[in-house]
Amino acid sequence: MIQLSVEHLTKSFDTNQVLNNLSFHVNVGEFVSILGPSGSGKSTIFNLIGGMLLPDEGSIILGGEKIDGKRGSISYMPQTPSLLPWRTILQNVLLGQELKGETDSQTARKMLQKAGLGDYENAYPHELSGGMKQRAAFIRALLSPQPIILLDEPFSALDELTRLEMQKWLLDIWSEHKPTILFVTHSIEEAIYLSDRILILSSKPAKVTQEYNVPFNRPRMEELFLDENFLACKRNIHHALKNQ
Amino acid sequence: MINVLRKGWRPASVLLLLFIAWELAVNLAEVPAWLLPPPTDIVQEAISGWEGFRFHLQSTVMLSLLGFAIGTGIGLLTAVTLHLLPFIRESVYPILILSQNVPIIVLAPLLVVWFGFGLLPKLIVITLVCFFPITVAALDGFRQTPDEFKHYMLMAGASKGQLFWKLELPYSLPSLFSGLKISATYSVMGAVISEWLGAKAGIGVYMTLASSSFRTDRVFVAIFAIMLLSLLFFGGILLAERLLIKWKSRESAVK
Repeated sequence: MIQLSVEHLTKSFDTNQVLNNLSFHVNVGEFVSILGPSGSGKSTIFNLIGGMLLPDEGSIILGGEKIDGKRGSISYMPQTPSLLPWRTILQNVLLGQELKGETDSQTARKMLQKAGLGDYENAYPHELSGGMKQRAAFIRALLSPQPIILLDEPFSALDELTRLEMQKWLLDIWSEHKPTILFVTHSIEEAIYLSDRILILSSKPAKVTQEYNVPFNRPRMEELFLDENFLACKRNIHHALKNQ
Repeated sequence: MINVLRKGWRPASVLLLLFIAWELAVNLAEVPAWLLPPPTDIVQEAISGWEGFRFHLQSTVMLSLLGFAIGTGIGLLTAVTLHLLPFIRESVYPILILSQNVPIIVLAPLLVVWFGFGLLPKLIVITLVCFFPITVAALDGFRQTPDEFKHYMLMAGASKGQLFWKLELPYSLPSLFSGLKISATYSVMGAVISEWLGAKAGIGVYMTLASSSFRTDRVFVAIFAIMLLSLLFFGGILLAERLLIKWKSRESAVK
């Protein structure tokens, strides 16, 4: 079943065409990554889906409903954690729910506990490490009531070790809750390791040049990174990115 | 408290030295008391004249507090209005700056002509000096809200009201308190100036009477009272800031 469907999106800023007839879809419970060179209009895509911008042509359909220009239809995790410094971690993870209506601190507490943030429930964001902040930001997105989560290069600012740890953690929590996820990244490895399907984007104007089904079964272990098939996969995608 | 003592002993000893030098200089040069009384005279007058002075002090405190409250209210209201309605901001902001260029000393007697000797002209004077720092500080705070926070809030579906109450207002609090600190000290000044114009009681009245009868010691009592009062108001705002912005003090404690 299709959760989110992006149909023939075109967007220009003045004479600069950023998207040209971009179409793709995300199924319910699917983890889809968008992979593209930097400056390929990934954030424009997110701003369109998030309702911050209106498309010049085409439409965005979420659960059968047109959401062009409707803010708050999706749940969002930005590149920086963007946790409000005057709110405790618990209050921060509840923010997404709070903006939409009822809050459920019981579930929030449980999730924080599971994410190893149980002792930090009443701490302020500056008391947490970078990885912990990103975990809190993801829990905030997960707790938000919208049916799909958009993740915008969430681990790009983290160091290598923390990033690996976070990817593993994300997979764990994803397999438990099975939320529908649209993930933007520029790391090929990250995309293969995490997603069911990868959309390869050309640079301006952005278009999906290739769709790639990731052939690995879940649960995926860290050893996968060294697997021959994984490397072959990486090579393929690398070529696909280069030859456009 | 220990912190206050640790940080406070240096300025306190400088002050003490200054007073000692003053006392010695006045005694050695035999300056007449009506020209410049020694600090001991001033302290004596403060103690012996306390009964008469208390009444004036009370009146000034009440007036400053009331004026400060009104000034803060109007300052905040102006800031919020200007922030939420950019069209009005563009047309009114320059005029607000002009309002601060009108010398209060000139304006105050006019206010008396217009509104009489009652409470109203006095409150207008205090409000005029108080509201501006608050408006500017709050507006700056609202405007400096980082884009990453705003972007998240908007993507997550925050309405304009939610954006203001949940993001911009809490974000501007530290900046707002800087404005409040300035206004709190200004409010005492404003109250005294407004009392000069004509009032039944207040430090301003006491001061005018004292200086016209060459009671220089009393003038100094009034000056020190004003300084102390400003300091107290400032401390009060500082305390409120500590209580309201807990996350900030914990942040600096970590660093």
